[in-house]
Amino acid sequence: MLVFPDPAPPELAQALDMAGYGWQPVPDEATVRSAEPRGGWSGAIVCADVEPERAYALARAIRRTEQPVTPLLLLISGAQLSDLELREDLFDDFMLTPFHPRELEARLKHLLWRSGKGSRPEIVEYEGLRLNLENYQASMNGTPLDLTYMEYELLKFLAANPAKVFTRETLLSRVWGYEYYGGARTVDVHVRRLRAKLGEEHAGLIQTVRSVGYRFGQSRWS
Amino acid sequence: MTREQEYVLRTVEERGVRLIRLWFTDVTGRPKSFAITPVELETAFEEGMHFDGSSIDGFSRVQESDVLALPDASTFELLPWLSSDENSARMFCDIETVGGEPFAGDSRHVLRRNLRAAHELGYTFMCAPEMEFFYFADGRPDRVPEPLDSGSYFELTTADMANDLRRRTIQTLETMGIPVEYSFHEDSPSQHEIDLRYTNALEMADNIVTLRLVVKELAQERGVYATFMPQPLAGVQGSGMHTHMSLFDGERNVFHDPETGDLSSEARCFIAGLLVHSREITAVTNQLVNSYKRLIVGTEAPTSVSWAHNNRSALVRVPVTKQGKQSSTRIEYRAPDPACNPYLAFSVMLNAGLRGIEKNYELPVEAAENLFELSDSERRDLDIVSLPQSLAEALEVMETSELVAETLGDHIFEWFLKNKRTEWNAYKAQVTPFELAQYLPNW
Repeated sequence: MLVFPDPAPPELAQALDMAGYGWQPVPDEATVRSAEPRGGWSGAIVCADVEPERAYALARAIRRTEQPVTPLLLLISGAQLSDLELREDLFDDFMLTPFHPRELEARLKHLLWRSGKGSRPEIVEYEGLRLNLENYQASMNGTPLDLTYMEYELLKFLAANPAKVFTRETLLSRVWGYEYYGGARTVDVHVRRLRAKLGEEHAGLIQTVRSVGYRFGQSRWS
Repeated sequence: MTREQEYVLRTVEERGVRLIRLWFTDVTGRPKSFAITPVELETAFEEGMHFDGSSIDGFSRVQESDVLALPDASTFELLPWLSSDENSARMFCDIETVGGEPFAGDSRHVLRRNLRAAHELGYTFMCAPEMEFFYFADGRPDRVPEPLDSGSYFELTTADMANDLRRRTIQTLETMGIPVEYSFHEDSPSQHEIDLRYTNALEMADNIVTLRLVVKELAQERGVYATFMPQPLAGVQGSGMHTHMSLFDGERNVFHDPETGDLSSEARCFIAGLLVHSREITAVTNQLVNSYKRLIVGTEAPTSVSWAHNNRSALVRVPVTKQGKQSSTRIEYRAPDPACNPYLAFSVMLNAGLRGIEKNYELPVEAAENLFELSDSERRDLDIVSLPQSLAEALEVMETSELVAETLGDHIFEWFLKNKRTEWNAYKAQVTPFELAQYLPNW
């Protein structure tokens, strides 16, 4: 999923992560082309509430071509409703900011369904670990793992991004949200709890990367 | 309905959970529980579950005995020791009045309130307790408890059994998301220790309540009895709950001074605060008549108000941390015992320390010698004061403490003093075997 602008607004980033979508922020049209994943973009979210002119220009560029990016969800502020007139072809749906993360999720799900692109991946798997995003259930080699909600969310985020190193701050902001009460140590605490629940044999799935943060699974270079 | 609550509803359905136990504690920290079925869960989240609090210690206020239990979805855990075809789960609850206000007798709320206040100052309070306990052959109160692994001719097999039991306990705790740092057989016969890995104080208090239950349940399964009573046997080390504490501001360990590699000025003030107020908070950290039979000279339990880097007779100890492990800089408060109410104990320990930071208390010199070996006059010369020697003395000091009253809130403060005085008076009226043995033949 394509997201404009780069960096994406934090509340949008978090809502997409929570909903389990893979996404990539892009700063301009050139990057839309260069960073296009194999198989094309599955959709786009364009935030027009901060820099409307650049946002509409980008939307135009990716829609008025031979292979337009669809579906496109436009985010605008309440004061910009009149902007929509005569721009109907630029978007498939719009949503007002500030938005509710659940509304974003529902709209995306519906848009993707309507455009026949199915929805987000429903299973995240890594070796024997399996996370079912539909019913929130996790298992290791077929045995259910009983996780709390935040343990589940953290594991989901890590397992969906294997081999990448994340700092505590990043994990905190992407999994918990910026204003979370517990501070960055919360991440350590949850990682330990996850390791305890994964059991000795699989505790190593979540690796501590010294003075940086954590990585799920093997490094790409080892 | 929050996402977290939805997650719980979904998990209950997927995992075939038949009963959800709602947990909370009375003011003394003993666990209370009632069970609901999955059908009632949504109502419990949205409206809370009504119950009559008048039979619960510290809840009773006749004119408003009805209270609400609101399950905290973030604490949802399956109870792994129960059979899997009848899955049960638990959640800790916050207690509210029917008017929707936090209930003043809810000690979990007391800790929440104090942690929030600390958070306003930028601090997150982390704790890691060392839980000590005994396994006995049974829990009969009418005779001296019988250890499993000493003075018994089948010592080897029972020692194995106790170690096996401890291993299974740890496994169960880990399955429930309670990571264990170390565990070992302690000094005294049949005494064991489980050290938990640090986490924020509210979660840790919940973990302690869970641990006490898990240890007891699993012991019962094997036909033995586990107890957190501080001093169940005379003449041996009692059970303590040494608590390691640190304050974090985001990723920064507030107790660590990066320049010197030693304690920061905040850490020094925090320790000073603990020392200054230690006598006032002892009734809360050591709440039983029996607690004071552990705090005696000649054991490893602290008796004097003092601190040191590496002197195990001190009340506050600063453990040596590895080079470059700044996050593990912490202080250890050695008075509490495992029969305390952890919500209240963590609250008073935190606020005693924070008062030290707020008022910039000066840290006295470190205790160099073994404090146990000092005579009374040497202690006086060194200005060393003693911790309260009995529950009665502890209550007397607590009653004068504005810090403890503020921390606990009026409701719990008053109930605690009244209830514990009753306990002391009942104890005082006993004629003990000691007295009979000592006096009957001679007088």
